[in-house]
Amino acid sequence: MKISVNNKEVETAAVSLSKLIEELSLPLQGVAVAVENRLVPRAAWATYALSEGMKIVIVRAACGG
Amino acid sequence: MLNRMRKTDHQDERYVRQTMLPEIGAGGQEKLRHARVLIVGAGGLGCPAATYLTGAGVGHVGLVDDDVVTYSNLPRQVLYAESEVGKSKARAAASRLKAMNGEVEVEVMPFRLTSGNVRKIVGDYDIVVDACDNYATRYLLSDVCGEMCKPYVYGAVEGFCGQVSVFCRTSSSKTYRDLYPEDGMDQCMALSSKGVAGMAPAVIGAVQAHEVLKLVCGYGEVLEGRLWTMDLRTMQSFVIEL
Repeated sequence: MKISVNNKEVETAAVSLSKLIEELSLPLQGVAVAVENRLVPRAAWATYALSEGMKIVIVRAACGG
Repeated sequence: MLNRMRKTDHQDERYVRQTMLPEIGAGGQEKLRHARVLIVGAGGLGCPAATYLTGAGVGHVGLVDDDVVTYSNLPRQVLYAESEVGKSKARAAASRLKAMNGEVEVEVMPFRLTSGNVRKIVGDYDIVVDACDNYATRYLLSDVCGEMCKPYVYGAVEGFCGQVSVFCRTSSSKTYRDLYPEDGMDQCMALSSKGVAGMAPAVIGAVQAHEVLKLVCGYGEVLEGRLWTMDLRTMQSFVIEL
């Protein structure tokens, strides 16, 4: 299915947010994920089902100052 | 008498471009004069944040940083001169800020914020600006500001990217831990890069300073419960609800 990740169209076979993170080779820690501009707590990623056209924003933790 | 009049005239002239904004006005300026803002870190974020808060007339600015100026700081830490390499950042920044606006009181804290001193220091201020460069201090600040219901203006940069939010203002406010739960952050800490384009903290530090203005003067929509992110490479920016 096609979803949008940070405004880019992505074709994915992932069924859940955690599978998507894995598919995108992102670390499971130090990442925040929002669906339709709303943060999804990390504990909910495994059961959060993806659907066609979903808009996802992935933010990486940064600690520089 | 003449001196005092001149000073008052200067004060009016100094802030005229911001007090003519209805969002700030004379009332907001007075609130700024009474505000006490703690800036944790006098580096890439702390320099612009302190500059604009001092410029705007925040009455009392606290600067915590135990570090000294190095050459690798100079491209983005714009308060420092080559001649200050090796000197305390908090002291050098304070002297530059005092030269910029003599009406602002600057408290210099040339030491590290620790679990031992954080409550005393944070307790003395109305608002905390997180301009530090490590996760441990961010969790410490978030926890203590959360306990005290103290607005915690978070900012962080990496590379060309940055993010800002306002945590902890009330007992139901979101915290840094809601954004990044601590479990497993060690790995993230090990992977994090120190590379940064100087303009990224310039933007983020200025936005943090402006969130302080909004909080103090009470206008606009504070980034409370929301995270703003930007990437200077693509100019893509998101605001997500936390």
